Amino acid sequence: MKKKEQSFFELISQKPWEPSQAALDNDHNGKTLAVSKAKLGVRTVMVVSTVIFSLFVISYSDRMLIHDWKSLPEPWLLWINTVILILTSIIFHRTKVLADSNELEKAKNSLFVIGFLTFSFIIGQLLVWQYLLNLGQYASTNPANAFFYVLTAIHGLHVLGGLYFWAKVTTQLVKKNYNISKIKHAIELCAIYWHFLLIVWFVLFGLMVAT
Amino acid sequence: MEDEYNNTKIETKAADSSSGSYVPSAESVPVSEIPEQELYHAKSFWTRWVFCQDAKVIGVQYALTATAIGLIGLVLSWGMRLQLGFPETFSFLGPATYYQSVTMHGMIMVVYLLTALFLGGFGNYLIPLMVGARDMVFPYVNMVSFWMFLIAVLVLISSFFVPGGPTGAGWTLYPPQAILPGTPGSEMGIVLMLVSLSLFVIGFTMGGLNYVITILQARTRGMTLMRMPLTIWGIFTATVLALLAFPALLVACIMMTLDNLLGTSFFMPEIFTMGEQLGTTGGSPILFQHLFWFFGHPEVYIVALPAFGIVSDLISVHARKNIFGYRMMVWAIVIIGALSFVVWAHHMYVSGMNPYFGFFFATTTLIIAVPTAIKVYNWVLTLWRGNIHLTIPMLFSLGFIVTFVNGGITGLFLGNVIIDIPLSDTYFVVAHFHMVMGIAPLMVIFGAIYHWFPLMSGRHLNQTLGKIHFWISFVGAYAIYFPMHYLGFIGVPRRYYEMYDSPYMATGVGLNQFITVAALIVGFTQILFLYNIIHSTFYGEKSEKNPWKANSLEWHTPEMPPAHGNFGKELPVVYRWPYDFSVPGIDREYIPQHVAPSEVPTAKVEKT
Repeated sequence: MKKKEQSFFELISQKPWEPSQAALDNDHNGKTLAVSKAKLGVRTVMVVSTVIFSLFVISYSDRMLIHDWKSLPEPWLLWINTVILILTSIIFHRTKVLADSNELEKAKNSLFVIGFLTFSFIIGQLLVWQYLLNLGQYASTNPANAFFYVLTAIHGLHVLGGLYFWAKVTTQLVKKNYNISKIKHAIELCAIYWHFLLIVWFVLFGLMVAT
Repeated sequence: MEDEYNNTKIETKAADSSSGSYVPSAESVPVSEIPEQELYHAKSFWTRWVFCQDAKVIGVQYALTATAIGLIGLVLSWGMRLQLGFPETFSFLGPATYYQSVTMHGMIMVVYLLTALFLGGFGNYLIPLMVGARDMVFPYVNMVSFWMFLIAVLVLISSFFVPGGPTGAGWTLYPPQAILPGTPGSEMGIVLMLVSLSLFVIGFTMGGLNYVITILQARTRGMTLMRMPLTIWGIFTATVLALLAFPALLVACIMMTLDNLLGTSFFMPEIFTMGEQLGTTGGSPILFQHLFWFFGHPEVYIVALPAFGIVSDLISVHARKNIFGYRMMVWAIVIIGALSFVVWAHHMYVSGMNPYFGFFFATTTLIIAVPTAIKVYNWVLTLWRGNIHLTIPMLFSLGFIVTFVNGGITGLFLGNVIIDIPLSDTYFVVAHFHMVMGIAPLMVIFGAIYHWFPLMSGRHLNQTLGKIHFWISFVGAYAIYFPMHYLGFIGVPRRYYEMYDSPYMATGVGLNQFITVAALIVGFTQILFLYNIIHSTFYGEKSEKNPWKANSLEWHTPEMPPAHGNFGKELPVVYRWPYDFSVPGIDREYIPQHVAPSEVPTAKVEKT
C-alpha cells in the first residue's frame, strides 16, 4: 500500500500489467489525493475564481495602455476596508486555531466578530461606490472606473458566497447541532477561503492603486 | 458541504506503510478506508423525480433538456437551409431572422446541446456507475447545477419572445456589432444571451466540481486512475478544461453586458454612427475575441474528449478486443487537453494580428494533430483482427472514425495561416467544423445512446429503426457537408442571407438545393430516432443483464436499471482494467472488472 502522494505524471505512467503494480493497484483505496472532498472542492473553486480574476487582470492591463485611461481617485475608505479585511483574516486564523484546540465556544464568538467585520467590509465597499457616484464617477465615465466597479463587485460576490457558508457554520454552532470533526473542518475551510479573498483583494487593490 | 473528514486515518496508514513491512497481497480485499457515503433518500415524487439528488436522474434531466433545446436548434437549421436552397420559394425568413437563426443554432448546438449532453448527461449518469461510487460527492450541488442549466435554457428561449427577438450577432457575439443598432436582437436579445451564458457557466462549474472530485476521490477500491474506462478519462479531462475555459466566457459576458447596459467601453471603440459619435472610446474588440476564443477553442475539446473516450469504450466492447495502447490513449487525451489552451488564436487569423503570432498558433495547432492521430491509429488498431460485431453502436463508432478523420484533415488545412486566409469566410469552414464537432460527436452520442439505453431503461432500442437512423444520418451527413467543401472552394461566402445573381453561384445553386433536401431528410430521421426512444422506453424488447457483455462496472449492478445508490450492500472491488476481452488462457470470453484473479487463475496478463 503506497500512500506517498504521487505526482500526476507518475500516476499516468504506471504499468498496470506488471504483477507488482497490479498487487499495489488491488489494494488501492480509490482516493487520488489525501485531502477531504470538501477541501478539494474549495480548492477547485479557488482555482476557477483565480482564473476569472486573472483574466480580468489581463484585460485590465491590456485596456489601461490605451490613451483614454484616467486613474480613479482612491477614497481613504478603501484603505479602511482593506484593514478590515486583513483583521478578518487574522481573526479567522485565530478562530481556526481555537477550533483545533476544541474551544468551540470561543470559536463561535469570534465567528460572530468575523461576520460583523465582513458585513462592514461589504457595507464599506458600497459606501465607496456611493462616494464615487456622488463625485460623478460613473462606470461609463472612464474604463478605469468601469474596471473598479466590476472588480469590486465580483470580489464582493465572492465575499457574499463565503458568508453563505459562514452562516451555515455559525448556525450549526449556535444550535449546537454538529459533528465536532466536521465543524472544525468547515471552520478551517472557511478560513482558507477568507485568506484567499484577502490575497485576491491585495492583488486587485494593488493593481488599482499602482496604476 | 457535508463531508467525512478522515485524514487522521490516512496518516496512520501512511505511517505503517512507510516502515516497509507491508507486503501487498494480490487477493486480500482491502479494508474500505472511505466510509460509506450518506445518501439522501427521496421520500416524495417531487424529491425523487424533480428536485432529485440522484446523479442518474440528474443525468437524464440534463439529457432531456439538452435534447429539447437541441430540437429547436435543428428546426432553426431547417429554416436556414430552406432559405439558402430555395430563396425564391420560401421567403418566410427575412435577413434579420436568418441571422438570428444562425446565431441561435450555433450557440444552442455547441453549448446547450453538446456540452450539456456530454458532461451533464453522460457525465452524471456514467461517472458514479463507472468508477464504482454510490453517487456524486456533492449531490445537492449537483442538483442545483441542473436547475441553473434549466434556468439558463429558459432565459435563452425567452429571448425569442422579447421585442427585437434573439440576438443575430453570430454565435461568436463579436462586439461592437453585437450590441449596436442594426444587428438584430441588439435590444434585449443580446442581454438575455449573455445572461443565459453566464448562468450556464455558473451552473456548469457546480456540476464540474462534482465530476472532477468524484473521479479523483470517490472511486471504489482497486480502481486506480489507470484502470478507469477511457470514457471517464475523456469526461474528466474535458471537465477540467471546462472549469478553466468557461471563466473566460463568463468574463467576456460580464464586460459585454456592462458595455451594453451601462455604456462602459471595455470592448467598444470610438464609433460614429448616423453622423453622430457614440459615447464609447478606446475599447478593444480584439480583446473580446481573445477572451471568447480562449474559451471557444477548449470548448471544441470539451465536446471532443468525452466523445473520444466513449468511442474507445464502444469500439473495444463491440470488437471484443482490448483497446490498443490504453496508456497512450490516456496520454493523448491529457496532451490534447493541455495543448487546447495554446491554439485559440487560430480562429483569429483574419483579425489583423501580428504575423509571428499567427505563426506560433499555426505551429501549436499542427502539433495537436499528433496526439489526435495517435488516437485514430489506436482505434483502427483496436479494430484490426477484432471480432467486430456490426451492432448499431459499432456502426456509429465506425461512422465517427471516418467523419472525424475527414473533419480533422480539413482542420489541418485551415490551421495554416496561408490557407486559412482565403478560405476563412467561406463554406469550407462551415463544412469543416460541422464535420469535426457536429457530426463526429453526434455519431458518438447516438452510438452511446444505443449502447447504454438497455442500462437506463432495461429495454433495447428497435434495431431496424436504429439501422435506418444510422444509414440515413451517416450518408446524409456526407451529402450535406461534402458539397459544402466545394462551395467553399468556389468562393461562396458564409453568413450570407442570399447569393442573388452572384457569379459564384452558377454551379452553386443546384448544390445548395441538394444540400437543403439532404438536410431536411437527415433532420426528419432524428425525429424517427426520438420516436424510437420514446416507444422503446415503454414497449421495447426486454434486455437481459449486460447485453453487450461489457466489463465496466455500470453493467454489473445488482439491478438493471441501477437503483438509487447504484450498487447493492457492498461496493464492488476492482481487480483489472475494463478491457479484458478474449483474454488468452481461459475459457471465458470476457472478465468483468470486479472478478478477482483467483477466479481466473490461468488468464494471461497482457501488456497494454
